[in-house]
This record gives sequence, C-alpha cells and structure tokens, in this order.
Amino acid sequence: MFALLEKKSIVAVLSLAALALSLTACGASVDEISAEPTGDTSAADIAGAASCVDTSGSSVKIGFVNSLSGTMAISEKTVSNSLTMAAEEINAAGGVLGKQLEIVQEDGASEPTIFAEKAEKLISSDCVAAVFGGWTSASRKAMLPVFEEKKSLLFYPVQYEGLEASPNIFYTGATTNQQILPGMDYLKSIGVTKLFLVGSDYVFPRTANKEIVAYSGANGIEIVGEEYAPLGHTDFATIVNKLKSSGADAVFNTLNGDSNVAFFKEYNNAGLKAADMPVISVSIAEEEVGGIGVENIVGQLTAWNYYQTVESADNEKFVAAFKAKYGASSVTSDPMEAAYTSLYLWKLMVEKAGSFEVAAIQAAADGVEFNAPEGKVVVNGENHHIAKTAYIGEIREDGLIYAIWTSDGAIEPDPFLTNYPWAAGLTES
Amino acid sequence: MKLVWQSKWTLWAGLAVAVIAVVLAPLLLNDFRLALLAKYLCYAMVAVGIGLAWGQGGMLTLGQGLFFGLGGYIMAMHMKLADAKGGVPDFMSLYGTGEVPIWWEPFRSPGVTLVAIVAVPALAALILGWAVFTRGVRGAYFAILSQALVYAFALLLVNQQQTTGGTNGLNGFKGFFGLALSDPANKRMLYFIAAGVLVAMVIATRALMRSRFGELLIAVRDQENRVRFLGYDPAWTKVFAYVIAAVFAGIGGALFVPIVGIISPANVGVTPSILFLAGVVIGGRTTLLGPVLGTIGLRFVETQLSETYPAFWTYFQGALFILVICFLPQGMASIGTWLKWLRRRREVTA
Repeated sequence: MFALLEKKSIVAVLSLAALALSLTACGASVDEISAEPTGDTSAADIAGAASCVDTSGSSVKIGFVNSLSGTMAISEKTVSNSLTMAAEEINAAGGVLGKQLEIVQEDGASEPTIFAEKAEKLISSDCVAAVFGGWTSASRKAMLPVFEEKKSLLFYPVQYEGLEASPNIFYTGATTNQQILPGMDYLKSIGVTKLFLVGSDYVFPRTANKEIVAYSGANGIEIVGEEYAPLGHTDFATIVNKLKSSGADAVFNTLNGDSNVAFFKEYNNAGLKAADMPVISVSIAEEEVGGIGVENIVGQLTAWNYYQTVESADNEKFVAAFKAKYGASSVTSDPMEAAYTSLYLWKLMVEKAGSFEVAAIQAAADGVEFNAPEGKVVVNGENHHIAKTAYIGEIREDGLIYAIWTSDGAIEPDPFLTNYPWAAGLTES
Repeated sequence: MKLVWQSKWTLWAGLAVAVIAVVLAPLLLNDFRLALLAKYLCYAMVAVGIGLAWGQGGMLTLGQGLFFGLGGYIMAMHMKLADAKGGVPDFMSLYGTGEVPIWWEPFRSPGVTLVAIVAVPALAALILGWAVFTRGVRGAYFAILSQALVYAFALLLVNQQQTTGGTNGLNGFKGFFGLALSDPANKRMLYFIAAGVLVAMVIATRALMRSRFGELLIAVRDQENRVRFLGYDPAWTKVFAYVIAAVFAGIGGALFVPIVGIISPANVGVTPSILFLAGVVIGGRTTLLGPVLGTIGLRFVETQLSETYPAFWTYFQGALFILVICFLPQGMASIGTWLKWLRRRREVTA
C-alpha cells in the first residue's frame, strides 16, 4: 500500500521526524533524580518544589476542586457549598493569620484526569496555599501524584477504603477502622452470623469488601454472597433473588448513586424487611435519602461519623448556618461536615505553624484539635487522618438519620489496619 | 479531497505556520499550559484517524476509545513495570494478588511495548473490520456496534481491578523510558514528540488521500455498490482506513499516558469516544486539517470556559455544538467556503 504514497511525502515525514527529535533535548533520568540528595537545589527545582504562593498581600488564595458537572455533581456540589460557607465564616472572623481567604473554584467534571489537571492548575497557575475537595477514590488517586510532585496540600473530605497515607494529603473523612469496622462490630453485636455483600463495581466497594471478608473470617461471620453491579446499574432482580435465597441475616451495602434506588425498590418488592434482614449502607447520607425516597429505605442502617441530628451546640450552629445560607429544605451530611471541618483544620494548622508553607504545616499538624459539628476531632500527624467518633444510624420517616449506637469516644485512625491481626494479609499478600 | 488549504503552496505555508507554532509554543506557555497543549495534540491524533475513517471513508466510528485505550494501557503497563524495577506495581499489592499476571510480562520490554502500541490496535481493528465490513455492516449499525464495543471494553477494565487498577486506572508514573517525568525538560520533550508525531500523521494522511487508495475510499463512501461492480472489494478498502484510524488512536493514547500521567476507564469509555468525534464535527470532517484544528480549538475553549465558569461551562459547550450543527454542518473549516459564497452573492446582487 505504501508504494502508492508519493516519495516526496515520505521524505517530508522523515525530515519532520528528524526535526522533532533534534528539538528534543533530553532531561534528567529517573535514576539521576532519585540519586540526588534532597538538599540539592537543582533537584528541588526539578521536583517543582519552588512554591509560588503569594502571602505578601492582605489575602491568600485557596483552591476548591469539586465535580460541578457530570454524574458526581449532585453530591460534590454540596461539598463545595459547605466549603464556601466555612471560608465565608473564617473571613468574617478575620481570616487566617490576618489574611482574607480568596477562593478559586474548579470543576473536576466527575473525571479523574480532569481532577488531576485542575489540581495542577490550582497549584501552578493560581498558586493556592492549599486545595480542598475530591470525592471518588479515583479522583484522589489521580490527584495524589500531582500534590506529591508539586509539594502542595490536599484536604480530602470523604470516607474511603483506607490503605493510603500521603504526606501531602489530609484525610478528614473516615478510614475503614472508623466507619466500616464499627459497622461490622455493630452487626456482630446484634447477632449477625450470615452476611451478604452488595456493592458497585469500583475500587472502594471491592477493597472495603476485602476487608469485610477478612474481618468476618476472624469473627465467625459467614459471607453468603458477594455481588457487584456496574456503577449506574439499575436492574437488581438477579442480585435480590440471590440475596433472598442466601439466608443472610444482614446486608452490607457499598452501592453508590442511582443503583441504591433500584436496589432498595427491588428489596422491598421481594418482601424483605429491615427488621428481618437489615441493610447497612456506607454511601447513603441525608442528601441521598431524599433521592432514594424515604419510603424505600426507612428503618435501614447506615455507618457514618456525622448526622444532621447529632446533638451538640457546634452542630446546631452548623446546621442553622447552612440552612440560612442554602435554604430550609437543605440537609447536612457527613462529607459536607468533613469538608467544613477540613477548612477549619487547615486554618488551625496554619495558625499553629505561623506560616502558610507546606513543610511548616506538615510539621505542625500533629495534635491539632477542632470542635467540629461531629464532635472533637484530632489530627494524627503520622498518617494525616483524624480521630473521629463512629455512629451507626437508623433512617427514620422524616428522612433524617438518628444515631442508635456510638463508639466509645473518638477512634484513632488506622488506615493500614496495623492494630488488627486479621488484616495482616491485606496489604502484603 | 477537500482541504482547508486546497493548493500545494497553501498547504506548505500552513505546515510552515504549524511548525513555527509548534516551536514557539514552549517559549510562550508555562509548563502546565504546554502539557495541556500536548494533551490536546494526543486527542488531535485520534481526530486525524476519525477524519480518515469517517470523513473520507463514511465509517461513523463511535468507539475510538477502544484503540486509544489499548495504546494507552499498553504504555501505562510498561511504565508501571519500569517504575517497579522488576518488582510488582504498587496497586497490585494493594488490590490484587501481589503477583504480576502473565499477560503483563511482555510489556516489561520497551521494544515489545513500542511494537504493541501500533500492532495491538491494528490487529484489533483488522479483526473487527474484517468481521464487520466483509459482512456489509454499515451506517448506524456499525456506529452502534463500535459504541457497544467500547462500552464493553471500559466495563472489562473496571471489572479487572486486580490487574487493571479498576476505576482508578493506572497512574503515579515516575519515568518514561528511563527519563524522569518530574523534569520539565522531559515534559517539553514529550510535547515535541507529540507535535512531531501529529504532523507526520497529517502528512501521511494527505499522501494516502492523494493516492489511488484515497480515491477508492471516497468512491466507496459515496457509491459502495458501484465500486463493487467495477471489480474492487470495498470491504478491504474500508478495513485499511479503519486500521489506520485505530493505529493513530493507539499512538495518541500511548502518548497521552506520559503527558497526562494517568489513564483510567473514564478516558476510554463511551463519553470520551463521543467527545473524540465532537472536535472532528466542529472542525469539519471531510477536510484534512479541520479535525486537528477543531479538536485543539474545542479542547482549548473547554479548558478556558471550565476555568472561568466552573459551575456552568457545560452549557456553553452544548450551545457551541448546536450552533455549529445548525449553521455550519460542514464544520468550522467550511467558514471560508461560506464566506466566499456570501461575497459572490453580494457581487451578483450589487
């Protein structure tokens, strides 16, 4: 076929390729970079450590990256709202180190690649002091190398599957031992011996279920089924049939988004009842209850670290402020609260460090405390997670979730589950 | 073949402008913007292929994400293995069995990887094209089939989390054939490679379209049965164009990985496959440079709009499609023709 091509064109292609290669000056190799000591200025330059954050004026920039378009927008918009509210509160109270916060909002568009792109834009073009946001594990995993390379900070506000700790990320949502394990402890305490797992097919459910299976093996709970549906899947007849014939005492649900509507409708159609076979969910908060329809899930259980109904003066203030700003019908949920808390934690870290510099914040982070709406939280300087209280909640007719079980105080974060002998094989195997 | 620039000297002038733009860009843009431009160039490679398969060959392919993904994942697997230095990539010990699966092994070799980036998408397109076009599947049926395939591909990637990284995809690369990706000089080099490859693809496509094969391809698009009566087998003409389009998409995907630093099912599924087409539609599918300029322009505008109006940029995007399809069905590249027609009409009425 190439005989058909003109000779001239082939020459042109080759000469262009040669031109492109001649323009190509090669940079450092991987070995050079890793071999150079960190104190070396050229290595620091190469690693992009030179920060462009401008703290000379009366304001300092911070970045929010949330999906405002795409499938995750419905959830992440609420996080953006509560972050905005926290920034306005902080500004009204005099700012951080006397500087007003200037928000740069970016749209992650529900796509990991875009999250990474926008994070880099916030750090390199806008020169923000810190970035807040992200929701899916994929978005966090995509942003992680950007923050590590640029030596900047991300505050990630959503519960996740654990097994991660980056010096450049602060995780203000729950890790597994603060949400999933308390959920399992609760199920065990009510006498569940046969458990059915249902989840959306992506990283969080699969990893969470791996941990649940290991926990169950060590605690005498039999896993009678483990089913996954693609994200957005709405036909649950097969899965619910399997569930019904499995003889399970309870269901651990890690489904996300629309799939929950279909799953719970099918569950009710099959005549299953919360009293006989409760479903405990870890991705359904106040915001989602409305979308699923209260009538479909009333009486079911959830595991979180915050509910709108948590009784404390700090929470009353938070809920009242949110409703005043975003309407009386708006609800507050765990990720929103964790996002709100994350901005205050950053403020406290900066104030403790007396500086907006990343290294100073990292050094000052350990032990920073905040009386959050969920209760007192404490930053763990080693793994950058925060100590949180776990609440098992029940969904009631008013669409709100009420705690029916509370952990003994705040649980120390243990993202790699090092304190649980049964989890030993999870990270190495 | 209609061109944005019809005559020879305008084509060479256009290319000269392109080369100057390519060389000037690193001087005018910071590293972040240059990396974005390099990413648009990768998308433009896919667009050149779509221009050939759809614009010239009439095959509405809604599934180029499949080939983009094959090229991208092959490159990503190699880079993951190279980073692990003979060990196991990080995500596999987290989510998988902690062992490198057999089908990953060949990609430890840089040579095998480079060959596979071209050969695997080509082979996939050859088998698909052979199965589809020799049976006379065309039009909407082919479009639906190609979209279903790319959906299945994305689903498979998500499903095989232990070996493909699932929805997280593959990311966190440190090196590109031994060169550190954190070094801005290497990022500029990647940009030059992408620009050089894209220009080569455009020239190769032009040569292809000026050859007998190009005439045959257009004849097949316009009157497939008549071509058959003349004694040619239209199926193989289409298969060849489809394979070329797949190779371009595969190379685009392979370069996308070191430039962007991540590949995930969200980059290869149904939505990105449709977006690949969008730039081609806006630029003008039947022209040589329309798909390239349309794609780069569209992606640039998207980035700008989403940075300026993060909450409602998608409305502008939708409005742009409606405007182009209503008023410039042949794409932006037809603006010139349209203006010429307008001027001629004015001369006539004057």
